[in-house]
Amino acid sequence: MLAMPANRKNEVRAVALGSAIFALILSAWVYFTYDQTAAGYQFLEKYDWLPALGISLYFGVDGMSAPLVLLTGVVMFTGVLISWGDDDKHVMAGIQDRPREFFAFLFILAWGVFGVFVSLDLFMLFFFYEIAVFPMYLLIVTWGWNVTREYAAMKLTLYLFIGSVISLVGVLAMFLVQYQNTGLLTFDMLEMEKAGFSPLFQNIWFLPVFLGFAVLGGIWPLHNWSPDGHVAAPTAVSMFHAGVLMKLGAFAALRVGIMLLPDGAKYWQWLVMAFAAIAVVYGAYIAFVQKDFKYMVGFSSVSHMGLVMLGFSTLNRDGLLGSGLQMFSHGAMTALFFAVVGMVYDRAHTRQIPELGGLAKVMPFAAVGFIIGGLVSMGMPLFSGFIAEFPIFLGVWREQWFVAVVCSISIVITAAYILRNVRQVFFGEMPEKYHGHITDITLMDKVAITTLCIFMVLIGLYPNFMAPMIDTGVEYILRLLGGA
Amino acid sequence: MFTSTMIASILPEILILILGMLVLIIEPFWKEDKRRNVGWLTAGGLFATMIISLLFGQPGEPTSTLGGMIRFDWLGFFFKQLFMFAGAVTALLLMDNEKIGHRGEAYLLLLASLLGMNLMAVSSDLVMLFLALETTSIPLYVLSGFMLGDDKSTEAGFKYLLFGVFTTTIMLYGFSLVFGFSGTTNIYQLAEMFKVGDISPLSAFAVLALILVGIGFKVSFVPFHFWAPDVYEGAPTPVAGFLSTASKAAGYAVLLRLFFVAFSDPALSNAWTITLAIIAAVSMTVGNLLALPQKNIKRLLAYSSIAHAGYILIGVVALSQLGAASVVFYLAAYIATNLLAFGIAMAYSKVTGHEDIRDYAGMSRRNPILALMMLAAFLSLTGMPPFAGFVTKVVIFAAGIQAGYTWLVILGILNSVVGAYYYLNALKYVYLYRMPNEDEENHPVPLTRPYAIALVVLTIGVILIGTIFAPWFNWSDAGALNLF
Repeated sequence: MLAMPANRKNEVRAVALGSAIFALILSAWVYFTYDQTAAGYQFLEKYDWLPALGISLYFGVDGMSAPLVLLTGVVMFTGVLISWGDDDKHVMAGIQDRPREFFAFLFILAWGVFGVFVSLDLFMLFFFYEIAVFPMYLLIVTWGWNVTREYAAMKLTLYLFIGSVISLVGVLAMFLVQYQNTGLLTFDMLEMEKAGFSPLFQNIWFLPVFLGFAVLGGIWPLHNWSPDGHVAAPTAVSMFHAGVLMKLGAFAALRVGIMLLPDGAKYWQWLVMAFAAIAVVYGAYIAFVQKDFKYMVGFSSVSHMGLVMLGFSTLNRDGLLGSGLQMFSHGAMTALFFAVVGMVYDRAHTRQIPELGGLAKVMPFAAVGFIIGGLVSMGMPLFSGFIAEFPIFLGVWREQWFVAVVCSISIVITAAYILRNVRQVFFGEMPEKYHGHITDITLMDKVAITTLCIFMVLIGLYPNFMAPMIDTGVEYILRLLGGA
Repeated sequence: MFTSTMIASILPEILILILGMLVLIIEPFWKEDKRRNVGWLTAGGLFATMIISLLFGQPGEPTSTLGGMIRFDWLGFFFKQLFMFAGAVTALLLMDNEKIGHRGEAYLLLLASLLGMNLMAVSSDLVMLFLALETTSIPLYVLSGFMLGDDKSTEAGFKYLLFGVFTTTIMLYGFSLVFGFSGTTNIYQLAEMFKVGDISPLSAFAVLALILVGIGFKVSFVPFHFWAPDVYEGAPTPVAGFLSTASKAAGYAVLLRLFFVAFSDPALSNAWTITLAIIAAVSMTVGNLLALPQKNIKRLLAYSSIAHAGYILIGVVALSQLGAASVVFYLAAYIATNLLAFGIAMAYSKVTGHEDIRDYAGMSRRNPILALMMLAAFLSLTGMPPFAGFVTKVVIFAAGIQAGYTWLVILGILNSVVGAYYYLNALKYVYLYRMPNEDEENHPVPLTRPYAIALVVLTIGVILIGTIFAPWFNWSDAGALNLF
């Protein structure tokens, strides 16, 4: 892609879209051909890469990662659509400046994300994880919102970098200890699961490893980078970031933290649960008081990712199943939110909620999309949010009923801020200055919104689309946790 | 008398000598305006030397040849290849430097110092080692001060000379004490004597400290780093690049051979590993912190190279096969990366006439390819995949953890976060900022052919080491095996 001439903006966009569609088809293929009855890891591919250190290219998906692969495909596709850009000078939509570099970095990012979801080799997982971190900096700093981008991009990158390198120490320690225990020099995670780390070792290393990855998952008190980063990032990057990258953190925390160090996970369960519960309520509350549309969505992400972490912390079937679903549901939902926010901002040039109003009249499609997203976010039945959040609360109730009660407050708060915003931004009176200025969204935007909505409604109406698959993944995790 | 092994063991040196003669003879016959072609001759000759020694000069079992002066093994062989690669690239980069590119002496001096480096990597006798060291250093003093009309260059040359002479004298004093205590100058015989316990650890440690001064100057770790920023800034940029890569690597070659072979006795190594661990910690921290406020790209790279000297020391401190392998591996990556960084600084400042980071604004608009190369170099220095810096850093940290230096590794990791800040900051100028006069952005930055070749080769090298790391690591490992 970088080899293309820079001035051919439309050709660059077309190629980007083509590759995104191709990736979407491939990820859908992986998803739909995954054999749910056989469960376990499938599509295994293994090549020795550095035998001297036991590093291999080892790829495969299980019930937990297959939906995430699909999600990445979907978000990538819609992200490219949203960034298509509009040559109408009045509407500063999409990416106008150097789209070639923009899409190239975006695809490097996507490459890393896919890599993490399918890696079964701890080293390669880490390799791809880092690849997913660094293009963010340039994407935000170059194409981001010009008020806070420098600060936010650096903050985000350093946060994530610190997190990842701290987990790296843990990963290396695991690698070396398992070599001592089994005499097997390998980064293969399926082998490492059998390494039999001593409980003491697990207790010491679980926290650095889990929290290191969970930084990217936006866990409280390390979530601070996330709203700033989301706000400063260009629309497609916010979508990708909140939609997929945060799952990356959660997923890596699950796969490396919980699955490889199950005893440590049990030992620190209370702490993770506490952090997650605070994130859920605190995130929702902060989102409620935000006046900036995008900050609101950013904090709602913190809150929803808190639910994912909460599900992990239950370590039981319902909670993990819910988390798996929530990761997909939230990914699609946040991507939709950020897409709509981006569209609104591109046209109204403000994100201050009180200044907006009546947009449903000129951009009805975006309004409908946002409302569907909102319903998902509130956990309304018939939408994917309900299917995801219900098992999480069920799981939490089984472990600690008290936490479940506290966290359910967040649902109320969420409903409050979503509904308030829908009323203020899309209905109500449109301020004078916007009359005639604001145009409807483009066809590309509509396709993107529709795609995301389809998935959310589909899961809501027909949970069997995804739940049994995630269940097979959960089954496997539970076995590692020793029954339960 | 002369066996084929003897010839094979110094085959590259013989060829370099011939090449140097050739340069000296041919240069006067070329007209003034064609003299820069000596650079092609030098680079091509070095490349041929690499090929020939790969074909005919491969070592088998480690042997001592030429009366115990030379150790013929894989470690030395691998280092020699690295030096010659760096030398060839430097020759290419020298060609289009206005002040020295057309002067044949520069290439001759480069070859002479290369000859010394090659011998440094293989000397197994302290006398030989000292001769090699001086053969390396003296041409470099001259090269640093080569630009006679330029005050900074003269200052650089003189400063380098004073520091160099002072530290090597101290080192020589250490060597003479070794001879006084043991009656031998052969490194391998020394190792035997230490094992038997003929030399008291206290006096041995005094000797060690003296020798460390000389090596510390070569690899520029704290507290022997003061010359580096001034010399790098003042010296012609290709020479600065050469100083920071090949010359530093040669220092490490000596460090590995002396400390892993001669002083590896536990009574001694316990003392020096902790000393070096402290030096590593201080080097990393000082280098990175002082790099933060730098405005000049060459000074920034100088401080970053001090920090990298610290990272590499972690591998030495580990005192294991993995440690030694990681040092060699890291150096290979570091040579390619840092030469790339210096090469870009050179190519860019040749056109713009500036060396301040501030002046990199708008680079990605003026020459996107050059900007991408800079991205590769700086992210590799940061330690981000898929570039060389990532894998090598992981391996070196793994060696540190394996040896039980977890605190040092964590410090190294925190330091790489600090590093990430200033590397990314520089990239921010490249991608985000625009030039004060936006019209100037339409002036492209043309690359002459030698630059283009050198930079493309280096970029490919940085990516190759970072993705297909198995062969490089295996060679480093094979080399490291020879030390035990």
